[in-house]
Amino acid sequence: MRPDVELIGVTKRYGATVAVDGLSLLIPGGSYCCLLGPSGCGKTSTLRMIAGHESISAGDILLAGRNVTDLKPAERGTAMMFQSYALFPHLSALENIAFGPRMRGVGKAERLARAREFLRLVQLETMADRLPAQLSGGQQQRVALARALITRPKVLLLDEPLSALDPFLRGQMREELKRLQRELGITFIHVTHGQEEAMALSDLAVVMDHGRIAQAAPPREIFERPASAFVARFIGGHNVLELPQGRFAIRTDRTRLAPAAAGPDLAGPDRAGLNLAGQVTAVEYQGSAVRVVLRAADGQTAEALLPDASFHAAPVAPGEAATLGWSAQDAHALPPA
Amino acid sequence: MSRWMPWLQAAPLALVLAVFLVVPMAMLVVVSFYDYDSFSLIPDFVLTNYREVFSSWVTWQTYLKTLWFAGLTWAITLLLGFWLAYFLAFVVRDPTWRMLLFVLTTVPFWTSNLIRMIAWIPFLGRNGILNNTLIGLGAIDRPLEFLLFSDFAVILAFVHLYTLFMVVPVFNTMMRIDHRLLEAARDAGAGFWQTLWCVILPLCKPGIGIGSIFVVVLVMGDFATVRLMSGGQSASVGLMISNQIGLMQYPAAAANAVVLLAMVLLLVAAMLRAIDIRKEL
Repeated sequence: MRPDVELIGVTKRYGATVAVDGLSLLIPGGSYCCLLGPSGCGKTSTLRMIAGHESISAGDILLAGRNVTDLKPAERGTAMMFQSYALFPHLSALENIAFGPRMRGVGKAERLARAREFLRLVQLETMADRLPAQLSGGQQQRVALARALITRPKVLLLDEPLSALDPFLRGQMREELKRLQRELGITFIHVTHGQEEAMALSDLAVVMDHGRIAQAAPPREIFERPASAFVARFIGGHNVLELPQGRFAIRTDRTRLAPAAAGPDLAGPDRAGLNLAGQVTAVEYQGSAVRVVLRAADGQTAEALLPDASFHAAPVAPGEAATLGWSAQDAHALPPA
Repeated sequence: MSRWMPWLQAAPLALVLAVFLVVPMAMLVVVSFYDYDSFSLIPDFVLTNYREVFSSWVTWQTYLKTLWFAGLTWAITLLLGFWLAYFLAFVVRDPTWRMLLFVLTTVPFWTSNLIRMIAWIPFLGRNGILNNTLIGLGAIDRPLEFLLFSDFAVILAFVHLYTLFMVVPVFNTMMRIDHRLLEAARDAGAGFWQTLWCVILPLCKPGIGIGSIFVVVLVMGDFATVRLMSGGQSASVGLMISNQIGLMQYPAAAANAVVLLAMVLLLVAAMLRAIDIRKEL
């Protein structure tokens, strides 16, 4: 039996409010799954229900075919890495990692030896005797990771593991998480509100909104074929436009720009619905690309992410009239509002 | 000028400590070496006062009894205080209720020690409320004698008076424990007692240390509670000193005070060695 994680109609109610609303999802064993969404979308509640730190109002959670809905956290085969790590402040890094085996009655020598092994796995051998307060944010995170992994979980649950780190460390840790997941071959379920993080890490990205799944698919599919305007806006990089033919998501990097004077190649009569004319409201230089924001006469805004060379070949400035255009195959139809 | 500035700034406090702490202590120590007769103090340097302290079996017994009172009171207030604090910090979820209940534990402190002790007398006395009720219920047929004017009454009064001194610092440290630590412990497979022993207790140590110092120091120095609640049948060092002062035996009282002070300081030092309370200061 593959250690799949299966959620069937999982619901969480807090009094009258519904945090998670009949969520059903199959996470294949050994995959990296990201739960993604704005704050309050129910992603953390979902994770905590899988971990067993939150009771389930309705529905079932199956792990490797076993119903774990009513089991204690430690009996489920999951381990959780907490946001802001929750390391025991009175225990050294090594003792923190050895905590799980200690609770399970493993002898001192054996559990410390095993903890040392996991300390090596996260490359912190030299920090064994430090207290959490003496470790940097990134090091604390590694200790928390090792503490979760030492119980040999089938599923590792990570609650916004990277949000407390600075951007440089975040990139580094991201690579490390992915490497560990590949090497250990266990399922990672990772809650984040950063779409970039989800894109970089996940095999399966689950975009959530108001306690429901907005779209669950590999990140590439989500980016190329967002299922709704919400998904397109949340993952970013898309213009969501109401056009005569309906509602469309068009990637900003597939959107082109023509100054109003430059002629009809984007604005010709045969291109109805494939362009948007308006006034440039912002130009933002980003190094390899330039972001141009345009407001149309009907109030819709759209932007184009242009390669810097093509922008500088025909630059525009805020206040000028311009037209954004795209080709028909780049306009992804969305369900109507 | 600038060289003297720090000294000048420290002077007021130094003066206060000198006048109200150092000088009285020094006088206490000096007087403890004086000689005396029934009518007067005789300035001298004699060791008889200390010799009497250490050679009298009754005095030894009094010291042991005081230690026993302190130890038993400490154990009971620790047990009660820890669980009261645990209830307030971890069981009560609503912050308003928690504050309300916390204030409730401090209500007894709005009356004086003496009144709180005296209040026990009509309750515990031979014809007191408790005995009468028990007889009325048919649970006993003669009044329970041990309830009042006994060691039981002394300990009961101490626990009543001082449990709050344990609750407050322990509650204070418990409130600082991140609840996610408890979840992390549960996630790692810890049960209730394991979490208590391996996570909560170690993190509460500074609060327990401070509470223990309060309780032990207060009980060791007490004389009023012992006198009132034991009905004069038990003695403590404080009571002994008080009696000696009443008999104008100031040097003997001073010697006992010095010995008691040394004992309390040793106890506090031992507690500070066992528990690092600096995190709490």
